[in-house]
Amino acid sequence: MSRTFVGMPVFPPPTHPAFPEAARDAVHNHTLRSNLRHATHTIRAKRARAVAELSDWDRLREAGRLIKDHTLRHLDRYLVQLEESVTAAGGTVHWAVDAAEANRIVAELVKATGESEVVKVKSMATQEIGLNEALLEEGIRAYETDLAELIVQLGNDRPSHILVPAIHRNRGEIRDIFRTEMGAWGRPAPDGLTDTPAELAEAARLHLREKFLRAKVGISGANFMVAETGTLVVVESEGNGRMCLTLPETLISVVGIEKTVPTWQDLEVFLQTLPRSSTAERMNPYTSMWTGTTDEDGPRAFHLVLLDNGRTDALADQVGRQALRCIRCSACLNVCPVYERAGGHAYGSVYPGPIGAILSPQLRGTASEIDASLPYASSLCGACYEVCPVAIDIPEVLVHLRERVVEGGVAVRQGNKVVLKPAKGHAAERAAMRAARWAFSHPGALRTGQRLASRTRRLHPRTLPGPGRAWSATRDLPAAPAEPFRDWWQRTRGGKDGAK
Amino acid sequence: MRVALFLTCVNDTLYPDTGRAVVKLLTRLGVEVDFPMAQTCCGQAHYNTGYRHEAEPLARHFSDVFGEYEAIVTPSGSCGAMIRELYPRMGERARAEGRGDTLAAVLAPVVPKTYELTEFLVDVLGVTDVGACYPHKVTYHPTCHGLRGLGLGDRPRRLLQAVEGLELVELPGAEECCGFGGTFALKNADVSAAMGADKVRNAESTGAEVLCAADNSCLMHIGGTMTRLAVGMRPVHIAEILASTEEETAV
Ligand code: SF4
Repeated sequence: MSRTFVGMPVFPPPTHPAFPEAARDAVHNHTLRSNLRHATHTIRAKRARAVAELSDWDRLREAGRLIKDHTLRHLDRYLVQLEESVTAAGGTVHWAVDAAEANRIVAELVKATGESEVVKVKSMATQEIGLNEALLEEGIRAYETDLAELIVQLGNDRPSHILVPAIHRNRGEIRDIFRTEMGAWGRPAPDGLTDTPAELAEAARLHLREKFLRAKVGISGANFMVAETGTLVVVESEGNGRMCLTLPETLISVVGIEKTVPTWQDLEVFLQTLPRSSTAERMNPYTSMWTGTTDEDGPRAFHLVLLDNGRTDALADQVGRQALRCIRCSACLNVCPVYERAGGHAYGSVYPGPIGAILSPQLRGTASEIDASLPYASSLCGACYEVCPVAIDIPEVLVHLRERVVEGGVAVRQGNKVVLKPAKGHAAERAAMRAARWAFSHPGALRTGQRLASRTRRLHPRTLPGPGRAWSATRDLPAAPAEPFRDWWQRTRGGKDGAK
Repeated sequence: MRVALFLTCVNDTLYPDTGRAVVKLLTRLGVEVDFPMAQTCCGQAHYNTGYRHEAEPLARHFSDVFGEYEAIVTPSGSCGAMIRELYPRMGERARAEGRGDTLAAVLAPVVPKTYELTEFLVDVLGVTDVGACYPHKVTYHPTCHGLRGLGLGDRPRRLLQAVEGLELVELPGAEECCGFGGTFALKNADVSAAMGADKVRNAESTGAEVLCAADNSCLMHIGGTMTRLAVGMRPVHIAEILASTEEETAV
C-alpha cells in the first residue's frame, strides 16, 4: 500500500488560517451549504422533539451541570479513586500529561503485543492527540470502524462534526469514496455499488467485519468513567464499537480526565440527556460498559490512558472551566448558525462548532492565528447555550476568551501561571474601543460627533473604504438622520413644545 | 409613573424616529417619560468584543445617570440584556479579580429596574392593546438577546396581534440569528452576510411588507441586506408600529 495518510491529522496544521478566511470557501460552496443545512436542520428538529418529551428536562440539565461541576471541583480525588478501582478490577492505568506522552504510551503498549494493526472505536480524544499518525510512525496501522470515521479515513479527509464526522459528504460522494478507496485498505466495495443507504452500510459492514475478526488490539475512548467501580462506558449507535471493545485480546482506552463521574447513579442523568441531545434518540442502541478485565470474557488486558493535554489548565480558569462539563453530544453544533454556514473544517480542530470555539483556545492556548480567531466565530446568539444538556454558557466563555485575546492577562499553561500578552492585530480595534469609551464618557463629545454625522449626511458614501468594506460589501449603510434624538428632545422636550 | 428612556447610542445617533415613537407611545399610555441628557452607551459592544475593562466606566456612567429613576425603559433587547444579565456578571468578575464589591454595588440599583420596551408594556403597565393602528402585513423577527437573553417570549407578538389593521404572518426560522452580532458582522463578514441573506429570504417568503423587530441593530443589518438584495420589504422597529395610530399612521 502506497498511501501513508491515515485519516486524522493532528490539528491545527501549523499554518491553519484564521476562522474568517478558513470559513470563506465553505460559505460560498453551495453543495456543502445545502448538505450541512439539510443535516443540521433535520437533527435539530428531531432533538427538539426528543427533549420536549421529557417534562423534567430542565432538572436533568441542572443535575448534569451540578454533577459535572462537583466532579471537576474534586477531580484530584475522583481520579485517584478511579485509578484504584480500575487497578483492582484488573486494568492498568497510565497518566499522560500531553498528546506526545499519550501517543508514546499507546504505541509502546501495542508494540508489546507484537501486533502492527489496531481497530478503533470512534473517539474524540484519540483524534485530538493525533494517535493514528503517531502509531503509523511506529509502523502500526489504525483502522477506524465507525461508519462516518471510515468515510473520513478512506476519503483522506478531515472530520467536520463531533458525532457525524462526514456530515459534509452526501451519499454520492460516499459511494465514490468506497468504490475507489476501500480496496487499498482491505476488502473492496462490491461491484456496482449504488448510493442507497442500505448498500453503503452493507459495503462498510463487509469491509469492517474482516478487520474485527482479525484484530488483536482495540483502541477506544469513553463517554464516561465511573470512579467508584472503575467502569468505562461507550455510548454508540452502530455496534461497531462493541465489536472493538469485546473481540480483541487487548483493549486500550484513551480518555480525557474530565470524563469522570463519581457513581453509577450519576450515569442515570447523562444516559438520558446524551442520546436525546446527540442523535435525538430516547436511548442509544448500544451502551457498552466494562470494568477492568473478566476471565473468559472480552479482552485479556485492559489499559486506561488518562489524558490531560491542557485540561487542568482549563480547569484553573474560573470562567473557562465549564467547557470541561461537555459530554460531546454535538447539539450545539447542530443549532449553530455559524457552524451551519462555515462547516466544521473552518474551526481547525477536531472540536468544531461552538464547543470547539471555546475548547480549542483553552486546550491549545490563543497563540496561533486560528486559536485567537475562534472566540470571535460566533454572533453570540445563544442557541448553543439553550440546547446544551450540561448548561455550558458558551457565549460567556467566548466573551471571556475574547478578553484574553485582546487584553492578555493571567492564564495557566502546562500547569504554570503565565501572563499572556494581548494578541497582535488588535491595535486599531483597541484604539477605536478606547476612543469610543472616551466619547461615551463625555456626552458633549458624543453629541458633537452625532451632529457632525447628521450635518454631513449628504456627503456620506454608500460604501465604505478599509475595514468598513466588510460591512458595505453586502449591506447598505443606514442613512444618518437630520438630527440625533437628543437634539430633537432638547428642542422639543419630547414633543411638548409643539415640534414633532 | 416617571420613567427614564434609555434610547441607546445607536438609536440616538441613527434612529431618532424610534426614540420619538417610544416617547409618543408611552406618553399616550399615561407614562411621564424623561430622557436624561447625560446618557450615552451601555458598553455592550466593548464588553462583547472582549474589552470588559473599557466597558466598566460606561456601566458606571449608566448607573450614575439612571440610578435615581423608578424604571428605565429601552427599545433594544440586546442593550436591555447587557444591563440585566451582564452588569451583574461584570460585578462578579471585578470581585474575582480582587477588586472588591464596589463595582457590583454601583451597578446593582439599575439592574432590576431596567426593562425592554415590550416587557415594560406587558409586565409593568399590563397592556397588550396599546391602541395602535398599522394597516400592513407584518412578520416578526425575535432578536436573539431579546428571545434567549431576556426571555421576551410572546410579548412582542401579543402586542402586535392587538394592533388594529395589522396582519401578522409567521416568519420561517424566526428564532435563528440574523447574523448581526455586533462586531461579528465585521469580523466574520462572509458568515454574517450569509446569515443575513437567509433571514431576508425567509422574510420575503412570507409576503409581508414589513419585517418588525425590537432591536434596531439587527434591523440595520437586515435592512441593509434587504436593500442590497433589492427585496421589496422594509425593516420597522416595533415601537414605531405600536406608536402608530389611526390619526397619525406610521409607514
Ligand atoms: S458544549 Fe454542550 S451542547 Fe455542545 S457538545 Fe458539549 S455538551 Fe453538547
